[in-house]
Amino acid sequence: MANVKQLRVNGQVRTVDIDESKPLLEALRENLDLTGTKYGCGEGQCGACTVHVDGVAKRSCLITVGEVADSAITTIEGLATHDHLHPLQQAFLDVEAMQCAYCTSGMIMSGASLLKRLPNPSDAEIDKAMEGNICRCGTHNRIRAAIRLAATSMKEVAR
Amino acid sequence: MKTRTLDPALIEPERYELQAEIEADLDVDRRGFFGAMGGGLVVLSLLSEAGAQEPARAKGGRRGGGGAAPREIGAWIHIGEDGNVTAFTGKMEEGQNIRTSLSQGVAEELRVPVARVKLVMADTALSPFDMGTFGSRTTPAMLPQMRSAAAAARLALIDLAAEKWKVERASLVATDGHIKRNDTGETIGYGELTHGQKLLKTIGPEASTTPADKWEVLGHPTPKVNGRAYVTGGHQYASDIKREGMRYGKVIHPPGPGAKLLSADEAAANAIPGVTIVRDGDFLALVAPGSHLVRQAVEALKPKWSPSNGSSDQTLFNDLHPEESKAVGETQSTKEGWKSLVARYTVAYIAHAPMEPRAAVAEWQDGKLTVWTGTSRPFGVKGELTQALGIPDANVRVIVPDTGGGYGGKHTGEAAVEAAKLARAVKAPVKVIWTREDEFAHAYLRPAGVIEASAAVHPNGTISRWSFDNYNSGGSGIDSPYRVESPRQAFHQTKSPLRQGSYRALASTANHFARESFMDELAHVAGLDPLEFRLKNIREPRLRAVLTAAADKFGWGKRPSRDGITGSGLACGTEKGGFVGTAAEVEIDAKTGRVHVRRLVVAFECGAITNPDGVKNQAEGGVIMGLGGALFEAIKFKDGAVANARFSKYRVPRFSDVPPIEIVLLDRKDLPSAGAGEAPIIGVAPAIGNAIFNATGRRLRAIPMVPEGLKV
Repeated sequence: MANVKQLRVNGQVRTVDIDESKPLLEALRENLDLTGTKYGCGEGQCGACTVHVDGVAKRSCLITVGEVADSAITTIEGLATHDHLHPLQQAFLDVEAMQCAYCTSGMIMSGASLLKRLPNPSDAEIDKAMEGNICRCGTHNRIRAAIRLAATSMKEVAR
Repeated sequence: MKTRTLDPALIEPERYELQAEIEADLDVDRRGFFGAMGGGLVVLSLLSEAGAQEPARAKGGRRGGGGAAPREIGAWIHIGEDGNVTAFTGKMEEGQNIRTSLSQGVAEELRVPVARVKLVMADTALSPFDMGTFGSRTTPAMLPQMRSAAAAARLALIDLAAEKWKVERASLVATDGHIKRNDTGETIGYGELTHGQKLLKTIGPEASTTPADKWEVLGHPTPKVNGRAYVTGGHQYASDIKREGMRYGKVIHPPGPGAKLLSADEAAANAIPGVTIVRDGDFLALVAPGSHLVRQAVEALKPKWSPSNGSSDQTLFNDLHPEESKAVGETQSTKEGWKSLVARYTVAYIAHAPMEPRAAVAEWQDGKLTVWTGTSRPFGVKGELTQALGIPDANVRVIVPDTGGGYGGKHTGEAAVEAAKLARAVKAPVKVIWTREDEFAHAYLRPAGVIEASAAVHPNGTISRWSFDNYNSGGSGIDSPYRVESPRQAFHQTKSPLRQGSYRALASTANHFARESFMDELAHVAGLDPLEFRLKNIREPRLRAVLTAAADKFGWGKRPSRDGITGSGLACGTEKGGFVGTAAEVEIDAKTGRVHVRRLVVAFECGAITNPDGVKNQAEGGVIMGLGGALFEAIKFKDGAVANARFSKYRVPRFSDVPPIEIVLLDRKDLPSAGAGEAPIIGVAPAIGNAIFNATGRRLRAIPMVPEGLKV
């Protein structure tokens, strides 16, 4: 079994030595100490482990390290640029779109990926994109509101 | 048959909520309040039970901090020589947002910004003893204690300033972390006042606090403390803790009750580099340097178990309470116009399924054990560890990082005990994170239940012969709020086939589902409007107020009439000091049978509101959690073992299930604040069920109501 020797995570090349069959989720959490990405189910049903692989939201529990050895990976820790929060992170704070917040990393990563793809998503498009992310505290309506707010603020910045 | 008593063996966490003994183990002599924190001012807030006797005993310790101090401490606050405020409580944060509301309370009384308050929560080495975070007790019980302590600290600081400046106390005012002289405008910081001092002050629960109509911090929306750490992935939950040399462990749980380990290929598991097998009879566990290796070892182990024994969900309700032959649902008329009705309701087992499963990191050092774990009962789990590991109480410390959800489901310390055992066996820190399957299959569940209700109703809306029996699910919320002649209600214990325990609002959701559905049935039989019928019989003005508010906001008078597709329903009730009125609108897709909840209006009153947006958030969350149990959540089981222990097989509410939710908050500044996490869940299922009846004429008496959709 081959080992992966480096990973591109959050804009940095990280030297590692990880069994290629290891799920990306565990590599991030255990080898790279990026614990913002969460375990929730291990079967791609809850979205807590969502990261961006080459800019697209993926479930890191279902991807092996070998599959992303040549990809750019972004985790919740790498979403803010310098000290500047991503508009969706700011929107989550502004509308308090969290309670226990364990699902928050995954929600933000899924939502940020949606906004990249569809800068002005409809309610139906938001629901469709977020359907795979579970929140047990019941902050769904606030998360919808945060995505809409971020879409607006991103539009203003772009103008 | 016992009535309204709880057997701890059957409903374990309710034991803690209803029968727990108060004990305290904070030992000031041993640890010292100033030891860890440095000098300054410390205020101890006594529990009400101890308040009457304790202040005299504590007097010796006022100066210097070395004297005998009371043991029954509810909370304590330290104001450092740098002016920083640290407040200590045994309560824990799991999303109910009490870190914020308690910080607000301290900030309010101490006249400092919320950001200046640091809250140390749920650390058995630092926090005063606390039974646990449940029963919506933080807001009515802990918040007043912390506020009292903070208010007393403010007065003590004013005393210090008065002494320093040789002026009357009345000429001084506390503001923004300073004491200010009204005459000259001169100010002095709290840190400067306490510099070089070690002042210990003890107060009873009667210390006066700022009335709600004068609040400047409480009662106002306050952003979540540490919010930024959550949106950037920086907050460390128990499952994120890492210690030097830490390894990862997993205990192999028997698939069901009575299953015995027949064989396991230990050699194959052992052959994987780094894997250690820990075995003691049927206790079988694996430890490895990474989770990936642990999982490979589990696969290699191929454990074989003897069949488990137990019943299945197919016979559940008959097992809990057999259906008797009396005519359920049938109405009988008397010549005076009374009609009588009998109905039987059922409630399935459901899982809390918090997004963070049970998790713990255990570390041994010189025979002393420290465990980081997500639990609502840090001191209870400390006791579990003491017992399971056979070590003295003084050698165990439990630290609860702010936790990824609980909802009443994390009263116990399974992962903590497992991690501690494995860490001792492998002589290294060990992290145990339960898999989602473990969490579904081996944590406890909300009790299933059968509820039988019967009553007679007169066309003028009078109710009589009210009889209400709950089998197994519990006694919370069983008392009817309606005016009834000679009511009779009872909770009956039965043998539960699955492990069951506490859940958000306990049995109140089940009892309200049954009662509020039954009220709707009675209204229908009597030919009365469900709102009018309830209002005629409600005694409590606070309940009347929320029901009216919900109906008004919903537009109950203008709702559409039955058309087989859309319908409207109402429910109301009270739990944990909160009052809730719920109105639901549903739409049924005739082709697919899917029930869409289109709109929910919830009016909620919990006394004086401490954090309006926080209360609203909690109410929304309770309602959405209630939606799952109302419509589709149910644990399936066979041979006593959970059969759908995955999110792919156990449906929880997702975005497309969640309708717009309008929360109407009634702020009663004249009433003490109650918790907001529990009550809003109770009206959801009956309001939806009543709306489905309103649309289709179909009465659904089982929750979940439409796990497979509604066949129309």
